[in-house]
This record gives sequence, structure tokens and C-alpha cells, in this order.
Amino acid sequence: MTLPPALLEKIDEAITHYPVSRRSAVLPLLHLIQHHFGYIEPEAVHFVAEKLELQPIQVLEVVTFYPGFRQTAPGKYHIRVCRTLSCAMAGSYELMESLCQATGIDRSHTDHHHPIAVSPDGKFSIEFAECLASCGSGPVCMVNDDFHEAITPDKTPGLLAKYQG
Amino acid sequence: MAIQYKPGKEPHPKEHRLIFRNVDRVDWNPSMERFLAEGGYEQLKKAVTMEPKAIIEEVKTSGLRGRGGAGFPTGVKWTFIPPNNTKPVYLICNADESEPGTFKDRYIIHQDPHQLIEGMAISCFAVGAHMAYIYIREEFPEGAQILEKAIAEAHEKGFLGKGICGSNYDLEIYVHRGAGAYICGEETGLIESLEGKRPYPRIKPPYFPAALGLYMCPTIVNNVESLCHVKHILEMGGAEYAKLGTPRNNGTRIVCVSGDVQRPGYYEIQVGKVTMSEVIRDMCGGLKPGRSLKAIIPGGSSAKVLRADEVFKLKQPDGSVKELTIWDIPMDFDTIAQCGSMAGSGGVIVMDDTRSMAWVLNNLNNFYAHESCGQCTPCREGSLWMKKISDRIAAGNATPEDVQQLENVAYQIDGKTICAFGEACSWPTESFIAKFRGELIAQTDSGKQGKIFNRESQVAAAPLAATR
Repeated sequence: MTLPPALLEKIDEAITHYPVSRRSAVLPLLHLIQHHFGYIEPEAVHFVAEKLELQPIQVLEVVTFYPGFRQTAPGKYHIRVCRTLSCAMAGSYELMESLCQATGIDRSHTDHHHPIAVSPDGKFSIEFAECLASCGSGPVCMVNDDFHEAITPDKTPGLLAKYQG
Repeated sequence: MAIQYKPGKEPHPKEHRLIFRNVDRVDWNPSMERFLAEGGYEQLKKAVTMEPKAIIEEVKTSGLRGRGGAGFPTGVKWTFIPPNNTKPVYLICNADESEPGTFKDRYIIHQDPHQLIEGMAISCFAVGAHMAYIYIREEFPEGAQILEKAIAEAHEKGFLGKGICGSNYDLEIYVHRGAGAYICGEETGLIESLEGKRPYPRIKPPYFPAALGLYMCPTIVNNVESLCHVKHILEMGGAEYAKLGTPRNNGTRIVCVSGDVQRPGYYEIQVGKVTMSEVIRDMCGGLKPGRSLKAIIPGGSSAKVLRADEVFKLKQPDGSVKELTIWDIPMDFDTIAQCGSMAGSGGVIVMDDTRSMAWVLNNLNNFYAHESCGQCTPCREGSLWMKKISDRIAAGNATPEDVQQLENVAYQIDGKTICAFGEACSWPTESFIAKFRGELIAQTDSGKQGKIFNRESQVAAAPLAATR
């Protein structure tokens, strides 16, 4: 794991936001690392621990708790489909089916602790997310950092066409 | 001069736009220039010349109640900082917006970030905080960037940083991103998360945030919408603001409607001045053609469900009893509470006659089982049991006794946990069973005795969609 100078600079800047306790910077640092590498590998846990003068377990317990942190590599485009009530009523389970079919993703091996499934070509990965706070325009999903509203299953091809690079 | 809104996004005539004044405006953008052009930061300039206590008094006079869920008076919350305090005071803006059915803070953050920053800066000055954090949920990456840009702009103009608006008051605001955990919306869980830990809520007493919050210092945690109201309270004066809405339910609030209505969306109303009928029939255009109302969850998914044919008998101050149907309920805090539910975060979820209540309850139980932080046994185990039993019911694999068992489990959680998640996760089950017991039992089969069905829901849930 090699961290480029620009990333290290951002990490040092983030730590300054927490003058009272460096430990507060655990989440921001993990976000910066996940944004760069796509997931948090064990080496990254040790790096953050050392940087913030913590025990590695104090970082690992954070990584394993929050659904927003991944310990395995996602696809190039990571899709999160909102699963919760309003989106489900609007058809988010059908959207999930349709996205899986279109990308060739098999979700049968996923569970609470391993929620992410990756397409055979590694280009797409998918998981259900809990309420994305846009209940009035469901079904909604995110692709990496992009947010998409009212994605009924028939809009699957159009959505995926935006992520072909 | 009338404000022009984007076509199809015009506010309904029964709305009263205060916080959402600039949302969906044609000539609006989230920049500093645009905000300043309409009197932006004038209230902050005024605030720093006032006595902090006078601002707190205005907020108390306004009657503002927290818009995040609990509905606790904001001004009163601020006075809980110990008077002899010598430690630094922190203010945290709760932008974790994660209660299913709620989608108001998203639009404030994306379209009017400076309104929030001005409201926050005034609030920080009032409570004596020199450091504040906006705890924003991880699923709003664009929102976090917009806020960071707005904070940088405010720094440049001297509205943040050292010596704000020529006074000797210093304030720094930082954006802190969560990582996808619902429990971070609970204020003590949020504080633990901001300290870099797992967000296990703290027990109260002794850990009331206003006394022992972030880094064991006095900390005020307020919702995005609540903080925005502070700016308007200062602008209008507390007494004038209190004239909006109804007594004890003052001001405006944003009601978010989702589910089976023609026009789901956000509607800013005077609290208590608009009824459920006006929100759903007038503003949202009613139910879809040919459908009839079955149930409404009035204040975010944790609020107890209301059945369409219920008649609510409310005791009046003079001893008489007033009868209300679901349509007559005014959208306030107190009446909804008297009807046995809560106004919560303002998220109204509407279900029509095509919905299976077993399916709806199962969806919610999946949410709570996923989001329980695991600190307290009744909630950690109970939320998972509730999910497993309701998985069985929704899939038609449950026995009639399972419904009773599900209810028993729910009542074993309620009131037995450190934080309010215990109530949040058990209230849906308690209320769905109380109000739709017959329908749930009709989905069971006494012949299934002994055949336990417990597949992981995320796999099982896909075919469940068909039972909807």
C-alpha cells in the first residue's frame, strides 16, 4: 500500500480538524483511504492506527461496525440500491433484480457480514443500502458518489450506460 | 416580488415556505453571492452584537421544538449547559438524516447550505461554542462537498474564523462524515462516532450531552432544520415567530410524504394548521386512481402506524372528548402524540389497500435488525428475532402462534435499552400487530408447525417482493 503525497497531505489536514483528540480522525482517514483504494485493507488499518497513535483494534472495530466501510474490493462502479420501505414500495427489489441481471451479478452468497457482490468482469458491484433519505423519489440508488432518483427497473440500461468507461 | 419556482416544483398554496423558501427556485444557487443578495448573514451580524442570553430567550419565546424526532424545545435544551461550566462548549449539527421516510435536510444542505451555516453560527454564539461539527451521513458525499465549499466561502467573508463580523467571537465549523450507521442519528451515538469510536449510545443519566457530551464537555446537538429555524427566529423575533403554527406547536416544519400518493414530496407547513387530509389529498394529490387508504406512518418509520378507519378519541382541556378520523389529524406534535403515534421527523409514509401489512412490517424489521448497534441485548437479539419471525410471516411460513411470539418479543425490547432505538424498533411491530392482527394471522398456516424458516433475509427478500 503506497499512499501518494497528495493523499498524505489531505490526511494531515483532516487531523487538524480535531485538535482535542486525534482519535476523532479515524472516520475521516478511513474515508480518504477508501476513496483512494476502494476498500480498507489490513495494512490501512495499521497505517491509520499508527498515524493516530491508536491500537489497530481501535481502528478495526470501526471498520467492521460501519456499513460504509468495505474490507474487500468493490467493482469499478459500486452500486447501492435503497432497500427501505418507501423505495421498496416503489420497486427497489425489482431494480436490484434488474441490475443484477444486466451486470451478471450473482447475489446468492451475500449476507449481513458480506453484503457486496461483484460482477464476473469486476466492473460492477452491488449491495442493498438502508434508507438513502430520498423517499419521495424512489426507487433511488447511488453509483460510487453519484445519486440517482426514480430509477424504476426499466431505466436500468440507461443507468448502466453512463458507467461504461 | 414573487419568487419563481421551477416548473412542477411550485409550493402548494397551503404551504408556508420559510426554511424551504429557496428550495427549487429558478434564480437560486448555493453560492455565497446569491445568499448575500437576499440578506444573507445579516442575522449573524446582528447576533454577535447581542447578549447570548438574549438570543436563547428569543429561541425559548419562539417555542421552537426540535425537528429531528423527539420534538424537545430547542431553547430549553440550550439552557441545560451547567451554569458554572468552565469547559469548552461544542455544538454539533445532526445531519445524519437517516429515519426512513425523512428527506428534508438533503435539500437544505444541497440547495441552501449558507442558511444552515448562518443558523449554526448564531446558535454557536448563543451557547458559547467556538468549535462546531456538522455530522453528515456518508451517503451525502455531494452534500459534504457543498458544505465544505460554503464553509470556505464564509471564512473568506469573515463569517467564520477569528473575530466574526468585527466582534471578538471566534468560531470554526468542520464537516464530519459518518459511515452509514442509522444509530449515529442518536445524539450520544453520534458523539461517540465523532470521537472516532463505534457509535454505542451513552446512558442518560449521567451522559446528557449538554453536560457530558463530546470529549466529556457540554455539547448541544441540533437537527439541520432546527438550526435553520434559529436564523428566522432572530429575523422575526421570537414572539412573532411563535404566531406561526399553533400554541405549543409553533413555527413551520417540513413534512415529507412518500409511498402511495400521486405527488410524493416535501411540503413546508405551519405546524398544526394543516390536517392530514390537506397534506395527502390537496398537496399530494390524493391516492392513486382506484385505490383507498389503508395505513399511514406519520413521523418516520419508528412512529406507530395509524389505520385508515381508526377513530381517535381525544380528551379536551374542558373534559369533553373530541373524535377525529385519520384525515382530521392536524399535522402537529401534540395531537399526533395523543393519537398514539408521534410527529417524529416529519416523514409521512402512506400505504394503500394493495399493500400487505406483513410485507411492510417485514421491510421495517429488516431495517431495524440491520441497524441495531448491538450494545444492549434486548435490542440486538430482539430486533433480529423480530426480523426472522416477520420473514416467516411475509413468506407464508409462519404459524398463528408466531404473531403472538412476535408481539411478545417487541414488548421485551421497549423500555429496556440504553437509547431510544429500543422503542424505535419495537413500536412498528407493536402497532402493526395491534392494528392489523387479523391480517397478519390470516397469512399464517397452522400446518407449518415445527418447520422453521430462517433464511437470511437479503436472499429471501427478493421473492418476497412478489407477495407485496
